[in-house]
Amino acid sequence: MSRRPASYDGVAVCAPVTVPYVRFSPEDAHWWAGRALRLLAQHAQITPADIDGFCFSSFSAGPDTAVGLTQHLGLSPRWLDHIPTGGASGVMALRRAARAVQCGDAEIVVCLAADTNHIDSFRRSLASFSRFSRDAVYPYGYGGPNATFALITDAYMRRFGITRADFGKLCVAQRANAGSNPLALQRKPLTLEAYLAARPIADPVHLFDCVMPCAGAEAFIVTTPEIAAQRGLAAATIMATIERHNALPGDPVQFRGGWAMDIDGFWDAAGIAPTDIDTLQVYDDYPVIVAMQLEDLGFCRKGEAAQFIRKTSFDIAGDLPLNTNGGQLSAGQAGAAGGFQNVTEGLRQIIGQPLGAQVPGAEISLVSGFGLVNYDRGVCTGAAALKALR
Amino acid sequence: MTERAPRERRDPLARKKARHTPPSARSRAMHAMSARAAMGRFVLQVCTKCGTATYPPRDACPACWGELVWQDCKSGGQLLANTIIHATTDLYFRDHLPWRMGTVALDAGPVALVHLHRDLAPEDRVEVRLMLDRGGNAALFALPPDRGFDMTDPQLREFIVPVQGKTVLVTDAHSAIGLAVVKALHDTGAGLIVAGMLPPARLADADHPVLRLLGVQVVPLDSSDQVSLSEALSKIGGPLDIVINTARHVRSGGVSGGTNIVEQRRAFEVAAIGLTRLAQSCGPMLAGRPHGAFVDVISSDALTGSAGHAGFAAAEAARLSLLQAFRHEMRETGVRVLSVFTGPVEDEHHQSVPPPKVAPARLATAIIEALQQGREQTCVGDVASDAMTRWLADPALYAREKNL
Repeated sequence: MSRRPASYDGVAVCAPVTVPYVRFSPEDAHWWAGRALRLLAQHAQITPADIDGFCFSSFSAGPDTAVGLTQHLGLSPRWLDHIPTGGASGVMALRRAARAVQCGDAEIVVCLAADTNHIDSFRRSLASFSRFSRDAVYPYGYGGPNATFALITDAYMRRFGITRADFGKLCVAQRANAGSNPLALQRKPLTLEAYLAARPIADPVHLFDCVMPCAGAEAFIVTTPEIAAQRGLAAATIMATIERHNALPGDPVQFRGGWAMDIDGFWDAAGIAPTDIDTLQVYDDYPVIVAMQLEDLGFCRKGEAAQFIRKTSFDIAGDLPLNTNGGQLSAGQAGAAGGFQNVTEGLRQIIGQPLGAQVPGAEISLVSGFGLVNYDRGVCTGAAALKALR
Repeated sequence: MTERAPRERRDPLARKKARHTPPSARSRAMHAMSARAAMGRFVLQVCTKCGTATYPPRDACPACWGELVWQDCKSGGQLLANTIIHATTDLYFRDHLPWRMGTVALDAGPVALVHLHRDLAPEDRVEVRLMLDRGGNAALFALPPDRGFDMTDPQLREFIVPVQGKTVLVTDAHSAIGLAVVKALHDTGAGLIVAGMLPPARLADADHPVLRLLGVQVVPLDSSDQVSLSEALSKIGGPLDIVINTARHVRSGGVSGGTNIVEQRRAFEVAAIGLTRLAQSCGPMLAGRPHGAFVDVISSDALTGSAGHAGFAAAEAARLSLLQAFRHEMRETGVRVLSVFTGPVEDEHHQSVPPPKVAPARLATAIIEALQQGREQTCVGDVASDAMTRWLADPALYAREKNL
């Protein structure tokens, strides 16, 4: 039996920033990282000398890692981390930075994800994504993540009787949420008819099941409640977090993620239940993963996502406001920054700084990450519950 | 009698279709799998400590971190999920969309992503073949079990070399092997068989019934003579799909004693330099074709040398070496370079060699099969199979015992 994790007393999360995404950018990831820091400087009045902890995530900063970024951006942190977990990197940056602050290894940690998207860079980054993908996935039609998730979706639909229309409801709701977010790349209203009529990409995955790769950056600060207050920054506390990698490798096809292993301890540590959540920000590279998270995070039982989706409203003013900035499906998928926007958006909603419409009375948000399709499934999962510090 | 497929043609004025190959970067462990796939084996890594079979190829057992070795495994499985890919950024697959792939639970244990035959649906039992893709790398292909090879499946055709309707050059059709190959090609439905005859041609040669078959065109050809080769190729008048290099110069004799320098030089001219000439002249022609292939008939003596046929074995060893380089050069064009190893053949050159010997017709059948299965390396007959087994197991020991 694993030890009960310590609380996150003495830790505050604040200053979410988003560098507006663009479909293609001629700039490097370093430029996007610099823009995120400039936004933080404006928003939180910090200078390079204030930052004593730095946590970085990117797919396109090569050959540099977090190390190269310190010199490039003039940082001299006493604590440094580089997070390679893609779509789960936001939650993982948050929980690492939180412990660094709590233990006094750093006081102001900037967590930052930045990725560029050149013409053809998606194809190039696929080619060198992982050893298993290079050996045993991409030579099989080179469908990229679309094909891998098509297989997961195919098996999931067959096993649980969930339909394309159910997935469509999620995508339509997220597009409606994106409508109020001026930074979302795709804001044109989406109807269920248009969703269902879209061209196939890799059956059963169709066009509106897929995210749009883009360039962008996201960042937030992890510090102490005292420092946040001194600087006048609205902040949140961390109620609980979980993280898991390569969970349940015996499942022949992924129908659940690592959350399923850890979720009971998560709600126990947070001291709340799923019904206490005001807004849910989950990783949404494909709607099947959203459905899986609804189950694995405890909003409904395994196999019951279809019924749950049918009876729930996911709009900003609905029963369970989901991916309120539009998620990656509508806001855009800026590489590792895509794994940070759940944290920044979840934080924004509870500290009253949303990019678009505000979830009425939001106080607690749940953010969930999912990353790195190393072979046939996503390997990294994590989740965090955030509560406004009032 | 079945109707012969018409010979495939190409519009000489049309811009040539650019040929691409699938992504080729692989890990070292995957290359080890490809080396075994080239021999037609179905292998997986199995842990020497706990017996777990694993895939994709790894460098340690994921169950106990024990050592992994390649083992022949059960090739059955069940299809768990499938998809049809309609969009890709890869140039090769763009040319071949839509492309089917699936998830298979292998009877041997692991789950594998596979190329999928069009007739398969989830829950179906499948037979998984370990084949080589157009880039020469190992790939798993799931087929309906017990149905034989369905060469009409467009996706499967990318992994094999169809013979029907194709133009094939047989470099030495004068020998017993060459005649058998011409006949087998004709029986399989090749469109045009260009039968090279070593000059000076004897009148009786052209009268051989095999060379008078429909679709057989006899041309003078000496692969040790560049002018002769160029003239022969210029007579083809259209695309060339497959070259089957049956040319060889078999003579017994040692090194210090019983040596005939003239024969030894001739063996090198035909087997080694001849291969280079063919590669230079035919390589570019094959590279433009959708299913180009070069088949080399090679002696298993190439593996270790042979005291009794020292010059011949040395020439064949040089030929094998050149063939590896040619295969490397052809990889990015998608042209397959196949080696068919044989021991002594039942022909005029092996009259004094005791059995077992390979019947020319059997060798010819094996060549057709190698093409139609896309198998890169084939051993025909007991002598060649035995030689390959020993050589793979312990090359130093085999070199000793072969030349005791």
